[in-house]
Amino acid sequence: MGLFYTYLGAVDLGLIWGFLALGVYITFRLLDIADLTVDGSFATGGAVCAVCVLNGIHPILAILASIIAGFIAGAITGLLHTKCKIPAILAGILTQIGLYSINLRIMGGRANLPLTTANTLFNDIATSLNINKYYVTFIIAILFVMVFIAILYWFFGTELGSSLRATGNSEQMARSLGINTDTMKLLGLMISNGLVGLSGALNALYGQATDVRVGTGAIVIALASIVIGEVILSSKKNNFALSLASIVVGSIIYRIIVAIVLQMGLNTDDLKILTAILVAIALTIPVILGKRRQISTYKKLTGKEIDKNA
Amino acid sequence: MLKLEKVSKTFNLGTVNEKKVLHEINLELEEGDFVTIIGGNGAGKSTLLNMISGLYPMDCGVITLDGEDISLQPEYQRAKKIGRLFQDPMLGTASEMQILENLALAKRRGKHRGLSWGVSKSEKEEYYELVKSLNLGLENRLTTKVGLLSGGQRQAVTLLMATLQKPKLLLLDEHTAALDPATSAKVLSLTEKIVNEQNLTAMMVTHNMKDAIDIGNRLIMMYDGHIIYDVRGEEKHNLKVSDLLKKFEEASGEEFVNDRMLLG
Ligand SMILES: Nc1ncnc2c1ncn2[C@@H]1O[C@H](COP(=O)(O)OP(=O)(O)OP(=O)(O)O)[C@@H](O)[C@H]1O
Ligand SMILES: [Mg+2]
Repeated sequence: MGLFYTYLGAVDLGLIWGFLALGVYITFRLLDIADLTVDGSFATGGAVCAVCVLNGIHPILAILASIIAGFIAGAITGLLHTKCKIPAILAGILTQIGLYSINLRIMGGRANLPLTTANTLFNDIATSLNINKYYVTFIIAILFVMVFIAILYWFFGTELGSSLRATGNSEQMARSLGINTDTMKLLGLMISNGLVGLSGALNALYGQATDVRVGTGAIVIALASIVIGEVILSSKKNNFALSLASIVVGSIIYRIIVAIVLQMGLNTDDLKILTAILVAIALTIPVILGKRRQISTYKKLTGKEIDKNA
Repeated sequence: MLKLEKVSKTFNLGTVNEKKVLHEINLELEEGDFVTIIGGNGAGKSTLLNMISGLYPMDCGVITLDGEDISLQPEYQRAKKIGRLFQDPMLGTASEMQILENLALAKRRGKHRGLSWGVSKSEKEEYYELVKSLNLGLENRLTTKVGLLSGGQRQAVTLLMATLQKPKLLLLDEHTAALDPATSAKVLSLTEKIVNEQNLTAMMVTHNMKDAIDIGNRLIMMYDGHIIYDVRGEEKHNLKVSDLLKKFEEASGEEFVNDRMLLG
């Protein structure tokens, strides 16, 4: 039974961190921007939520506050990028670094905040209904995921959402159709970091604690989820809702992989290098496969000709 | 309609690479004018169109479109009134989006983009008929991603997109240059048809002097950042390619100008 809960816990964590992956997907894939704000805004989401619940605010309102904090973080990167013309990667890094200090301020100068005394949603519902916390989290997180995928699916189908996608796909075309591409990038960065803030908040509630360093490497974990999700979906039909769902599934698979390697005795400190290698390999495989296929086709088609002539 | 007063552009101002590309250009277009623009490589034709569309800021001068001073407006704002086709067929469409979605984006040029559906039901039928009129068989592939189309097909779709919402001004910068001769002729005749039907005001850069003479009601020749020849109406249609070459020699003061300079 213990093992079962370990893996159910991994699924819960995958769902919660799935919002982070969805947020990064919006900037990385739809807007074609590598946004490094997320390492900071994930921690901001956790910090804001933690301080709210510690002050007796209902967790749902605390989550909302975290989303808004994410919006603001994204807006800062967006303004640095569009108004000050700072390259997107650098703009993201600047915000991320700045957020470290701000997160510490939010947490009252403490690097770590335990939430055991506060209402942390999952735990309280579990106690009051007398159901295991892992199940409760699973159900609540699945509900959250469905609601947010539905909202994102709707939004990116609207005129505004299409304009945002067009901006990421072909900026010159978007501008020549009268779309204010700067506004679209700003909007995209805000939505993205709002989702990241949400993810950070849920993570703090679930873990009943938050740390100022919780977001370190979050971007890499999000990318791992995205590439895993894309591998799953690779052969399937192109449907946006399905793409979004596959990213959350990617996030879950990532957490299960982590649970397995930890089970096998890997040190938690080595997780980050493992994740980095995983992402690098996942991004490299399609390139190598494509090249091999091309060379073998070339040999097959050309080799015989050469033999004949020889 | 469109008025340019003393429009100048220098690239890399104040550096060793400083290059004055447009010299105090004055130009006035009337409603319904269809102007063809010719001139050698580097004469400043693209730069002129880019000044009007706002791709780069201009150094000085005033551009008025439909009574409104657009000199300092950003590109996306001018785009509300200006339809544009690029020489590169890849630039005018979003490759990862469907033909339908591309058209729907273009339909909303100059309009508010809110939270209603990006492509409405009634639009789908409208676009089916419209794309059918291209005679490229694309009407049954409306949900195909534009990236899967050929350059010529993409340029034809871009032409629809630029004129779907009637523009005050249509800018065409060698929009058939990347296409094979047959497709090029097709897109060109489609251009003429649309411009005539909608009675558009248009400017078209081309290196084909025969097209420049046959199409439109006015012809402009550029050389080294100046407009050196401007002719319209009957006089224009009676021009021959040899006349244009001679004109070019005269104005440029070069004796042995070969037609390659113009034909590019
Ligand atoms: N972004 C830029 N930076 C620096 N110089 C530029 C830039 N764009 C154009 N130029 C220069 O301005 C001059 C005019 O260029 P332009 O593209 O307007 O010529 P064109 O008449 O369109 O020529 P072509 O027939 O080759 O398209 C050229 O000498 C070119 O090198
Ligand atoms: Mg040019």
